[in-house]
Amino acid sequence: MPPESLELHIDYLISQFVDWLTVNYAGVFEQISDIIITLLLSVRHVFLIIPWWLLIAIIGIVGWLLTRRVTTTVTLVTLSFVIVFFGMWRPAIDTLSLVLTSVIIAIGLGIPVGVLMAEFDVINTVVTPILDMMQTLPGFVYLIPAIMLFGLGKVPATIATLIYSTPPVVRFTNIGLRQVSSEIMESATAFGTTRFQLLKEIRLPLAATSILGGINQTIMMALAMTVIASMIGAGGLGKHVLVAINRLKVGAGFEAGFSIVCLAIVIDRLSSGIAEHWRPPES
Amino acid sequence: MVVSNQKHIEVSNFWKIFTHDQEKIDVGSPEEIKRVEKDDSKVIAVRDVSFEVNRTEVFVIMGLSGSGKSTLVRCLLRLVEPTQGKAIMDGTDVTSLDKKELISFRREKIAMVFQHYGLFPHRTVIENAAFGLKIRGESKENRRKKATEVLETVGLAGWEDYYPAELSGGMRQRVGIARALSNDPPILLMDEPTSGLDPLIRRELQEELLHLQEKMEKTTVYITHDLDEALRLGDRLAVMKAGRFVQSGTPKEVLQNPADDYVARFVKDKQEQLKEAEVI
Repeated sequence: MPPESLELHIDYLISQFVDWLTVNYAGVFEQISDIIITLLLSVRHVFLIIPWWLLIAIIGIVGWLLTRRVTTTVTLVTLSFVIVFFGMWRPAIDTLSLVLTSVIIAIGLGIPVGVLMAEFDVINTVVTPILDMMQTLPGFVYLIPAIMLFGLGKVPATIATLIYSTPPVVRFTNIGLRQVSSEIMESATAFGTTRFQLLKEIRLPLAATSILGGINQTIMMALAMTVIASMIGAGGLGKHVLVAINRLKVGAGFEAGFSIVCLAIVIDRLSSGIAEHWRPPES
Repeated sequence: MVVSNQKHIEVSNFWKIFTHDQEKIDVGSPEEIKRVEKDDSKVIAVRDVSFEVNRTEVFVIMGLSGSGKSTLVRCLLRLVEPTQGKAIMDGTDVTSLDKKELISFRREKIAMVFQHYGLFPHRTVIENAAFGLKIRGESKENRRKKATEVLETVGLAGWEDYYPAELSGGMRQRVGIARALSNDPPILLMDEPTSGLDPLIRRELQEELLHLQEKMEKTTVYITHDLDEALRLGDRLAVMKAGRFVQSGTPKEVLQNPADDYVARFVKDKQEQLKEAEVI
């Protein structure tokens, strides 16, 4: 054991900094809180207005339209029913609302950042290590700053989810834009496109498949994180797993856990189906 | 600016030196050029090229790959920035344009056809053909009308709503040509438009181009590595080697009096064919 005299703690400094932040910028955090809570409640409101059977029907129809495959459609509907059978519909809707809320914000922030990275190499150089860090840190770590600034509840849960799940959509936007072939960009430039026109007419549409792939990844990571974020009050399916663990109820834990898997597969199939649909015809 | 009606394109002392660093090179000094030649990190792609093209003339630049012909034509549109030189096209000194002027020059005065078509895979044939019109802000009806017309001219009527990927190579290049023509620019640049095509299709497209040229009378700079093509399409031609024009003149002049060994080798087969034909 190293001697105690070598220990050098900075915890009190960080606590002081956070205190200072929360005191001096209380208004800002409150506003962020309000925005997130409003968004979250409206998303959940939409899902709760729709009767459960109608939602399952919509999942089936959309699944069919996107994939045109009977097996996929039947699987999606069956998995949705599994959630119903386990009595997990309401918590699943809670989880789904939180996922969608953070994904909406992640897309709103992530695509513009990705575009800026593709347009300006300087921004690319600066942001890339930040993204690397965001993705290498284990999800747990994000709970700390979220709680520090926003306390417990759905808002910090959304924030933690947001931080964890934003990198893919940023990266895929950047990569998608950069991968547009130089021949195509050259011919567009030859016709007198401005930088903005080139982005809007050529690069963004051609990067759409990649961007949607990134959104799919973001959704999946958000789902993973909302489960972890149940520790700070995300509620939903994660809470049921957490409670089951604490009470050593293996069966209940399985039901909740399996519902998460079902939800994950349904969301993944639907969102990757949309991404696939966007692909321009190739030679 | 008043320019004589005759000279539609005037390129003088054009240089393009590729460097990794953005070093400024004074092409006027022979010592500096010698230094650049020895430096492996720098490539002289275009070397003191000057030429003129008259209105409605087809000027062919012929050369093997790596001779700098594609770079030269890209410099005219400033897709590649020339290191030094002056290019006056349709009365505009292209080399002195600022960003905004360059964009409107590209929109109004000139259009280019590419070897690998450069079509937009996410747009239909008619959207591709109307691209230049859209970029310069023409109304939807106008775009549709003009693009439909041009597609008909190049023989693609009925293919409007297909995607480029669904078309054969020859048809794709027709879309590329339609896209260039729909802008109705006075000047056309063609960078080996037929070299990716089968011999039969190539011939067909060449005939089509001759036909179009008769009708539209565009001043054209045409790049090719194919002597047959150069002779068929060109009013005048220049042979390019290692960034330089080694000879220029009418096809007949070049065939009869090749300026050096390189040109002679280029035209040898053709001369023999002609001789054989005379014997028969």
